[in-house]
Formats: sequence, C-alpha cells, structure tokens
Amino acid sequence: MNPFTTLDGLVAPLDRANVDTDAIIPKQYLKSIKRSGFGPTLFDEWRYLDVGQPGQDHSKRPLNPDFVLNQPRFQGASILLVRENFGCGSSREHAPWAIEDFGFRAILGTTFADIFFNNCFKNGLLPIRLPQTELEQLFLQCAGTPGYRLRIDLESQTVIRPDGHVIRFDVEAFRKYCLLNGFDDIGLTLRQADKIREFEARRRIEQPWLFA
Amino acid sequence: MAQTLYDKLWSGHVVHTEDDGTTLLYIDRHLVHEVTSPQAYEGLRLAGRKPWRTGSIVATADHNVPTDGSDLAVADPTSRAQVETLDDNIRTYGALAYFPYRDKRQGIVHVIGPENGVTLPGMTVVCGDSHTSTHGAFACLAQGIGTSEVEHVLATQCLLQKKSKSMLVRVEGDLGRGVSAKDIALYVIGQIGTAGGTGFAIEFGGSAIRALSMEGRMTLCNMAIEAGARAGMVAVDQTTIDYLRGRPFAPRDEQWERAVEYWRTLKSDDGAQHDRVVDIDARRITPQVTWGTSPEMVTDIRGQVPAPEDFADPVQREGVARALQYMGLTPRTPIDQIRIDKVFIGSCTNSRIEDLRAAAKVVQGRHIAENVKLAMVVPGSGLVRAQAEAEGLDKVFKAAGFEWREPGCSMCLGMNADRLDPGERCASTSNRNFEGRQGAGGRTHLVSPQMAAAAAIAGRFADVRDVV
Repeated sequence: MNPFTTLDGLVAPLDRANVDTDAIIPKQYLKSIKRSGFGPTLFDEWRYLDVGQPGQDHSKRPLNPDFVLNQPRFQGASILLVRENFGCGSSREHAPWAIEDFGFRAILGTTFADIFFNNCFKNGLLPIRLPQTELEQLFLQCAGTPGYRLRIDLESQTVIRPDGHVIRFDVEAFRKYCLLNGFDDIGLTLRQADKIREFEARRRIEQPWLFA
Repeated sequence: MAQTLYDKLWSGHVVHTEDDGTTLLYIDRHLVHEVTSPQAYEGLRLAGRKPWRTGSIVATADHNVPTDGSDLAVADPTSRAQVETLDDNIRTYGALAYFPYRDKRQGIVHVIGPENGVTLPGMTVVCGDSHTSTHGAFACLAQGIGTSEVEHVLATQCLLQKKSKSMLVRVEGDLGRGVSAKDIALYVIGQIGTAGGTGFAIEFGGSAIRALSMEGRMTLCNMAIEAGARAGMVAVDQTTIDYLRGRPFAPRDEQWERAVEYWRTLKSDDGAQHDRVVDIDARRITPQVTWGTSPEMVTDIRGQVPAPEDFADPVQREGVARALQYMGLTPRTPIDQIRIDKVFIGSCTNSRIEDLRAAAKVVQGRHIAENVKLAMVVPGSGLVRAQAEAEGLDKVFKAAGFEWREPGCSMCLGMNADRLDPGERCASTSNRNFEGRQGAGGRTHLVSPQMAAAAAIAGRFADVRDVV
C-alpha cells in the first residue's frame, strides 16, 4: 500500500448525496479477477453516454460533457468533495480501487458508509469526515475558484484551504499509523498470532461445535 | 452490568485491543463467493501466506451464474473465469464445504449458509458481500467486508475493527394482513434513512419481530445494510432453535444440548442500554413500494409519488428531482397507477421457501398481465427450488406465466444475463433500487414477494390486500 503523508491537490466536487458503490463502479466490471485497471470505468454510467463493457477501449467511448469529472478544469484532480452517505450499498472494494486508480487520494465528505470507509484505508485512500458547514464552504470555494486546491496533512490531521483557513479532522490512531507508513495490516495482525491461537484453543474447548 | 446482544457477541470474540480501541475480532465463519474472493486469494498467494483455518470457510458461486439452465458451463468468458478461479482456490486451499455451480445445494451464499446450518447462533460471520447482515437473524455478529478484509480473515482468522454503537429497533404489535418482513424493513429505512444506521449495529426486537419466522428475520436483517448498519441481529428464541435442529452442519446429540443452552443466553439483558432506540408500531406498517433510487425513497401502496418541493433540504430536493427523472415518474402519480414491464422474485432478501409460498398464493389461478414482458422466480438455492417443486409451487408460477429459474443472485444485481433494459420498470423483491443496479437505465421498485406477485397479475402496482 502507498503511504499517505501529505497531499497538495486539485479538488473536484461531486455534488450529490447517497452516491452508492454501484454508481462508483457498475457490476459488469466486477468480473475482473485483478485489483487494478478500474480507473477508466469509475462512475461509468454518469461519465459516458453509452453502456460500457469490460475489455473495451474506454478512451474511445463518448463522454458525457455534463458530468463534472469530464470538465477540463477538474482534470488531474486528486481530492474529491462528496455529499453525505458516500459509498453506500455494496461492499465491493472495486469502488475504492477505481477511485484510487483514477487518481484520487482523498475524499472529503460529511458521512461515509461504513464498509466503504473501511475499504478506503486498505488502499491508501484517505476518507475525511468534516462538519457540514466546513464542507459547504469547500463546495462554494471550489465552484467559484478555477484551479481550486487543498493541502491535506495526515500527521497533523488538517485540511488547509488556499486562504489559510485550517480544518482539523479526526482519524483513528491505528488507521493513521498504518496509512502514514503504508503498512499491510495482515503483517501487523500476524504479530498477534500467539494470541489468536490461544483464543482459538479456548474457543475449541468452550464451543466445540464451531470446529466440527 | 446488563449487556446488549451486540455487547455479548462482541466481547465473546475479542482477541486483542489496541490503545485506540481497534480490536482484533475472531471470525468463526467465513463465507466465500466468486466475485470478491479472487483478489484475496491472489494476495495470499503473492505474500506466500496460507489460510489460517480452512474449516471456517464455506463457499459457493452465486453472483455470476446463469439461471436459465441452458448451459452446462458459464457462457460468458469473464464470468466463467471467476467461477473457475473459485473452483481452483477451493481445490488448492480447502474449505469446510463447497457448493459449486450446478451442485444441488448451490445457491445464494446468504441462503445456503442458514439452510445448511453453517450459520449458528453466537458466531461471527463475514463474507465479501454487504448482505452478510442476513445471518444476524441467528443472533450472529454478521458483517459484510471488502476484499482486503477477506484476505485479512483468510490469513489471520480475525477482523480489525472498532466497536460500533448499538441501536434497538423495536417493533411492537401485530402486522396487518398482507404485510411482511420486507415491509417492516422498507418502512424502517423510510423512517431512519439509508444512513440512519451508519456506525451502528442494529438489533431488531419487539413482539412483531418475535412473531416472524426465521425467513422473515433473515429478510429484515438482510436489509439492515440498506439502513447503513453493517450488522443487524435478532435474539435467539424457540423459533431459532426449531429452525436449526437437524440441519446438516448443526451440532448433534450432547453437543446440540450444550449449544442450545448457550444459545438461549444470546439476547439483550433486561435493562441493557442501547445508544439509540427506535420504536415502531407494527399496525402502522402497510405494504411498501419504493419510488426512487434509494431504499429510503419509499411509500405506502396507497400513497403517491412525492414532488421535490415536498423536501426542505436543498441537497435532498435535488436528489429527489434527479431520482424522479431517472425513474421516469411524475410527482403526485398514485403508486398503484405505475405500470411495470418486468417482475423479479428472488435475491438474498426474498428467495426463500416462505417467500415463494407467499408469492404463489397470490398468483394461484391467475395469470400475469399482458404488459408484463417477463416475470421470473429465481429460488435462492437448489434446496429451496427442490422444496418448492415438491410443493408444486413451480407449477403454480409457470401456469401463471412466470419463468422458473435455477438459483443465483440473478437480476438483483444483473451480473449474469438477467437484467433490465434501459427504461424498463421492474417490481423487484431485491434490496437495492440504485440507478443501473438491475441493468443500465433500468428502473427498480422494491417490494415484498406478495406485492411483486400482485404487480405481476395487475400489470401495475396493486395492494395485495385487495387481491388475496
């Protein structure tokens, strides 16, 4: 996993609530047995005017000019502004894979669906929960400022606006530690292997039917 | 101190806790299917790791498989590659049980777990599928996980997470005629919203829940994720125990007695404190129909499509306007005037024997309307299909003009060939009415099996209470 320390990036706004993971990456692309290559089909049904299929050359497909990420001013964006309940629905990790593969490293919203939120951290993607009023300001500033950028510092847990305004955010200590260092959490968990074995042995005695 | 059911399930599985509360939670049962596992096994292989305990794994192919019974192999090459990759991974690494494509016990992972007794009370259950919450009907802590977590559980038998808050949804009173667990689920989501349960584990309690069959409880817990909660659960009672007795993987003899004694403790103690309590009067719940592109966009069969201006919040108003446009609906249209093109009875929400019986009762002796292009019943598993056939339900459906299919996830998410064409409108017993969920441009209305059956007959949404 790529570590996340600081990010100075162009911001793109996705101004709709309850964006579900089916919208982030439609089902036909879940047939892949790989983790990579989902970026070109991120938000597929909004981004293109046709219905896409896996394996096709997506660069030749007709783009929907009204979709925000197709606008020239947001090309190269690495920070996505979203509304509440982003990432709801299916647990498909293809959603953060697609977002990350597209080039985003951070998502700023008010609330995220639990499974999606969790999946982001496993892929070097930082979802940040901000107060509604702060987020509203970011949407306004982004709309009114071509080339709007933000700076995110995970160590100090801050989002810094171009006008110098600093927004603090919360992140769980363990997740922050893994993300800052790019740690694979399986490796960390296996350091507790003795405790797992001990727990398992006890369970085997107490509830043997679980080990039939 | 009085504990909630969630407290008991959580504390019974804690292996280790970090200073910030991040916990290693031991996983008893790992359900695996073809779509979200290949990358996890690949990750394991690349890191030179092995599964920690293959005896915890139960696998099946469900998301991708064809249901029309026409082909022996999966025709679509990419789908076939996934199904074959699962075959290979299970052959290489092993599992407690594997129900491959075309096995007579194959089916939707959330149907086959309980029916084979591989889901047992007190377990932690995970699967790379958000509807894993279904298994909470058995007083399990059952949660959907991402593929990285699938790999983590394979490698370590544990999940890393922090404890959620606890919500009690208490439904008291008797359900009205024609009202089912699906209607409770949709009604609750209509009340608390699709993010209402975010950060919570939901326990469903109250007399209306205790009166539900296990099938009904599974439907309800299945939809907990649609309310934003990763886990839904119901306490153990006699209904739970009666359901499990004699299931292939349920304990037997002396172990059964010991297990039952323990299982009976799996309920919230009197006086246990939940972080939030939502009280619902069962008598207020009527047959529900969704009109929009989120499960919270739901109303009563006797209601009408709302207008954007009914909503004060600008983001919500915009969302409603967009949903109505996508759904091709005009504000103030009575729900029972909305005509449909297709009917789908199936999915991990509503494809169990009780669901099929309820739908068959409505269609018995009737025929689907002329404007209905396709009405299909997709049983949740080979065993459900066989049971339904033994009861003659297949004949009832076929005589009424329904197609009788092989088991799988099918048109709930349209990964196989079963899907809506752009603009088509479907009465569906599935769980998500998101844009494009059942096929690009498809329009999904979520309903109960009875209501889907009534819609098939009427060619539009109809109040099942007027039909039966």
